[in-house]
Amino acid sequence: MSSELTRLTAAELGAILADRTISAVEVTRAHLDRIAATDSRVHAFLHVAGESALAAAAAVDASRAAGDPLGPLAGVPLALKDVFVTADMPTTCGSRILEGWQPPYDATVTARLRRAGVVLLGKANMDEFAMGSSTENSAFGPSRNPWDLSRVPGGSSGGSAAAVTAYQAPLAMGTDTGGSIRQPAAVCGIVGVKPTYGGSSRYGLVAFASSLDTPGPLARTVLDAALLHEAISGHDPCDSTSVDAPVPPVVAAARQADVAGLRVGVVTELGGEGYQPGVLARFGQAVELLESLGAKVVEVSCPHFRYALPAYYLIAPSEASSNLARFDGMRYGLRAGDDGTRSADEVMSLTREAGFGAEVKRRIMLGTYALSSGYYDAYYGKAQQVRTLIIRDFDAAFEQADVLVSPTTPTTAFPIGERADDPMAMYLADLCTIPSDLAGNAALSVPCGLAPEDGLPVGLQIMAPVLADDRLYRVGAAVEAALQQHWGGPLLAQSSGIAALDEAAGRQQGGRCGTA
Amino acid sequence: MSITRDEVAHLARLSRLALSEDEIDHFAGQLDVIVAAVARVQEVTADEIPPTTHAVPRVNVFREDRLLPCLPAGLALSQAPAAEQSRFRVPRILGED
Repeated sequence: MSSELTRLTAAELGAILADRTISAVEVTRAHLDRIAATDSRVHAFLHVAGESALAAAAAVDASRAAGDPLGPLAGVPLALKDVFVTADMPTTCGSRILEGWQPPYDATVTARLRRAGVVLLGKANMDEFAMGSSTENSAFGPSRNPWDLSRVPGGSSGGSAAAVTAYQAPLAMGTDTGGSIRQPAAVCGIVGVKPTYGGSSRYGLVAFASSLDTPGPLARTVLDAALLHEAISGHDPCDSTSVDAPVPPVVAAARQADVAGLRVGVVTELGGEGYQPGVLARFGQAVELLESLGAKVVEVSCPHFRYALPAYYLIAPSEASSNLARFDGMRYGLRAGDDGTRSADEVMSLTREAGFGAEVKRRIMLGTYALSSGYYDAYYGKAQQVRTLIIRDFDAAFEQADVLVSPTTPTTAFPIGERADDPMAMYLADLCTIPSDLAGNAALSVPCGLAPEDGLPVGLQIMAPVLADDRLYRVGAAVEAALQQHWGGPLLAQSSGIAALDEAAGRQQGGRCGTA
Repeated sequence: MSITRDEVAHLARLSRLALSEDEIDHFAGQLDVIVAAVARVQEVTADEIPPTTHAVPRVNVFREDRLLPCLPAGLALSQAPAAEQSRFRVPRILGED
């Protein structure tokens, strides 16, 4: 029974919790057992909070017994990316410079999850300060893709994606700055959503690039992602860029799951050379499927998208170089070389040298370069103009289409180590996801099959205008339903890697019982 | 435009990163490749395009000026690398002379 519980979706768990078929404590224990049995292989978590998770679950059970009104996710477990601060768990952001740091407060997302009765299982691994596409930049070692443990789970929210894929949690929270939710979701064969910028609060995120950072859900189904999206969204007075507007009706849209008459735009510039053949093949089939479901498919051109990647790698590092100046070893976090003789300036430099990994150093220096007087106009200034042109491209495209589609990533999951010291190769993983970050609109990745050449998941990216997040769910749920009917079940059921993980977990648990 | 070793050393100083000599060599090569790639934004030549600093339009946010409790000193200092007399203890700020 316990292992079957981890197979259920968040919506299914919510239903059997609501009718008291099962308790939140039982659900939580099943997921903690699954983590204990599988995480030595997957390494999705940096911190597992078993005791506080069980206490939170018990509190939900008590509330339910008392007849309190509870939300649809009360008692459902979740893996929280280690970028969200948590008053009762350490927050490292994947960095040595914050190792052991215990934040004094909860992020708005953390607080809203608690208020919704969501059980926080622990903190998920990530690329250091969310900079990366593989989790290889985590100071605490990479997470592994449950489909194939020798491959990356994507990043930066790779621990979140791996946890959901390995059935350690039905839900996870990530953040997307250049694709950090959608890209790991795509290469793990799950659903990931970047809401409209400002639709979810940045208060209590360890900041990377403030004009881009957007928290969002990862889940195994589109409906689950919608339930989580709704639970964390809405105006937050603590975040000055939070949008003061109603949350788009994402759950209703996921249930509607209908694309008849909808205009779907295929973006010419997001495909072709440099894309893996199997990715393009599955994407093409997904477009045909949308057409067969009654959508009207048109081709749209976004000519400036070719400048999105270079613009992003100027804007994001520039903002990061400023945001990460706060890690100076003075008020919290690591302090290195403070021997009583060195100046504060020397101690800062030694602390940052010891505390930051290579990618973080690269981006801080790149951002410092782009913002230097003499280079500012040629780099940062031009990148900001490109951002305007990309927004105009989107505006024009959304006059012709209600949603836009593309592959989520140019390739499937790559082997661990393959791009670790080749920054430009790593950056290409975000080629298709970056435009929506620069424009601030909403985008979702939903699994659309396996690439024939390597048997690994391919993601379909759906993009919608600012604050039209509900369209993503309408289209995503329609694609999901049609494909699952075609596959005869969820995509994850086709993974021999996950089956091997189950077998190893069963042996481990069997072994434990045997010695008891 | 290429990034020299001296330039990386200068950027490291500005960024407060005490890089090793090996790191300076390594990063010089990598930053050179990255800067060459991102310089493509300069192909966009029109000067009349306004820059976008923020994707979603922003207005100034006002709120009533009222007192709210702040973080207690003990909690604020609980994660300090060094504290003394309810304050953060930091290394000397000024030079020796």
